[in-house]
Amino acid sequence: MANKKVDFHVTGDQDVTYKKVGKRRLFTNPDADEAREFFHAKSRRMVDKTTTVKEAVSKYIHDGDYFAAGGFGSNRIPAAVLHEMVRQKKKNLGFSGHTSTHDMQILIAGNCLDRCDAAYIVGLEARGLSKISRKGFESGAIEATEWSNATLAWRYKAAAMGLSFLPARSTLGTDTIEYSASVEMPCPFTGKKYAAVPALYPDVAAIHVHRSDIYGNCQIQGIAVSDLDLARAAKRLIITTEQIIHNEDIRRAPHSTVIPYYLVDAVIEVPYGAYPSNMAYEYFTDEDHLMEWLKAEKDEEELKKFLDKNIYNCENHWDYLEANGGMERMNQLRTQENLTDRR
Amino acid sequence: MSSYNGMELMICLASRYLEDDGTVVVGTGAPCAAAMLAQKTRAPKLMIMFEAGGVGPLLPSMPISVGDSRTYYKGLVSTSMPEIMETCQRGMVDYTFLGGAQIDMYGNINSTHIGDYETPKVRFPGSGGANDLASLCWRTMMITPQDKNRFTNDINFITSPGYLTGKGAREKAGLPPGCGPYKIITDLAVLGFDEETCRMQVELIHPGVTREQIIENTGFELLWADEVLESAPPSDVELEILRNEVDPRRYIIGRG
Repeated sequence: MANKKVDFHVTGDQDVTYKKVGKRRLFTNPDADEAREFFHAKSRRMVDKTTTVKEAVSKYIHDGDYFAAGGFGSNRIPAAVLHEMVRQKKKNLGFSGHTSTHDMQILIAGNCLDRCDAAYIVGLEARGLSKISRKGFESGAIEATEWSNATLAWRYKAAAMGLSFLPARSTLGTDTIEYSASVEMPCPFTGKKYAAVPALYPDVAAIHVHRSDIYGNCQIQGIAVSDLDLARAAKRLIITTEQIIHNEDIRRAPHSTVIPYYLVDAVIEVPYGAYPSNMAYEYFTDEDHLMEWLKAEKDEEELKKFLDKNIYNCENHWDYLEANGGMERMNQLRTQENLTDRR
Repeated sequence: MSSYNGMELMICLASRYLEDDGTVVVGTGAPCAAAMLAQKTRAPKLMIMFEAGGVGPLLPSMPISVGDSRTYYKGLVSTSMPEIMETCQRGMVDYTFLGGAQIDMYGNINSTHIGDYETPKVRFPGSGGANDLASLCWRTMMITPQDKNRFTNDINFITSPGYLTGKGAREKAGLPPGCGPYKIITDLAVLGFDEETCRMQVELIHPGVTREQIIENTGFELLWADEVLESAPPSDVELEILRNEVDPRRYIIGRG
């Protein structure tokens, strides 16, 4: 069959105009060559990367860094890392508010943030708005730049692809783009208008997974949200895992490896490491505990006591679990997740 | 005919706009209930998707989060947020439902803030996936109570696009042609959009509601469809399925 002649308009020989519609600040450098330099120098050695949460947070997350959390706010969040960041009093962090709910709430309780790419912030979905998160933005203490979930996800994707931007068809025509840092540009082939969104290369990210070997080869069950791109976009990556498995188990099912070891800097085994968020096929969200958080926020004294009990007086994630019903509670959440609580 | 509350009526009406073999991206709450009811009544092959990556679950109960494991319980696919959003961008998602603090006569929605941007009086979550879904899905719907503060042209911030400033404005802005707001289902009426002006118009009035009530509860001038009909109330079958199968714990319909 003869090739069908494709008639498309190439705008390459015309003057192309870019329009900087987004007037807010871009917090990270989108330059792909700068990123290549960094990744060029990043070790590919397949060595034992197991450590402790305390060590990893101290070594890989620095004051002023731009940080991103994996998962979806109240699902598969790296809770143990977030609590340790608060304990270590990390300051002036940038944050990717991509579907962020309880993860952001923890970091704001610790006064860790001063700037934020905002796609979804301050709310806990149907559970209501977080008072302290609202205050962080309403007081102007945290500087925001607006995005949508897709454009922020595609910013990770652009970085994961080793690019400096991607074109997108959403946000055009709205205040969301006006308060972003996007640029309008014509497609070089069709002349049609796109929102160009800059690549987002976070300094550091933390992702909680179901299984990892000691090198950082990871398996995730259920939805990936944006974590596959985030893992590739982040310059440094901390993995907490429900379970460390043998490398031969990874090799038995290579199709299940969604994050390869060469992206990973640290691996820590943290059972129930996403608690109080939902870990697919393991344990459901502790809805009562999330409601306790929202309630405690309404009173400064109550919040202080609450944070002492759940974060500052805890040495590690085991202490936090213990403070909230320990294994008995974890088992209830397991039956909720598996629906075996219904008879 | 059984009695019903406002929430039950809105969910039943919304469910009737979802066609069989269609695809819908929903959040939690009333939209999810409407999609589940549609599946169990007139649209058994409606494909339900969640923006965090869940596709085609056999929902055992109402999800609490759009990313919780219920959203892909016995599902067809558990994938990623970019995958769902790119499916919308490719033009394969027919319907979506949005919420918001304010909506204007062109169906533009504010879910970002009230006040000024730097130090807002109230900061809301922002777009989340709403802007993307409103930009990229074919038909956008909303289930919302109707009052003067919510239905206003004095909209503080356009988070998600309706028809922007009128006919042709979406396309001019660069949004994919042929999509936009479709139906707004409130506790008083079902509102559509006039084809010529893209302004909101009253199409159905709920039983017992007057035109004056609708006007009083809207902050801008509404248009009226040539033929304004009365909304058909929930059938016994719809109510039975909604109450016994979709939301037996009354999480959503209890708010009516």
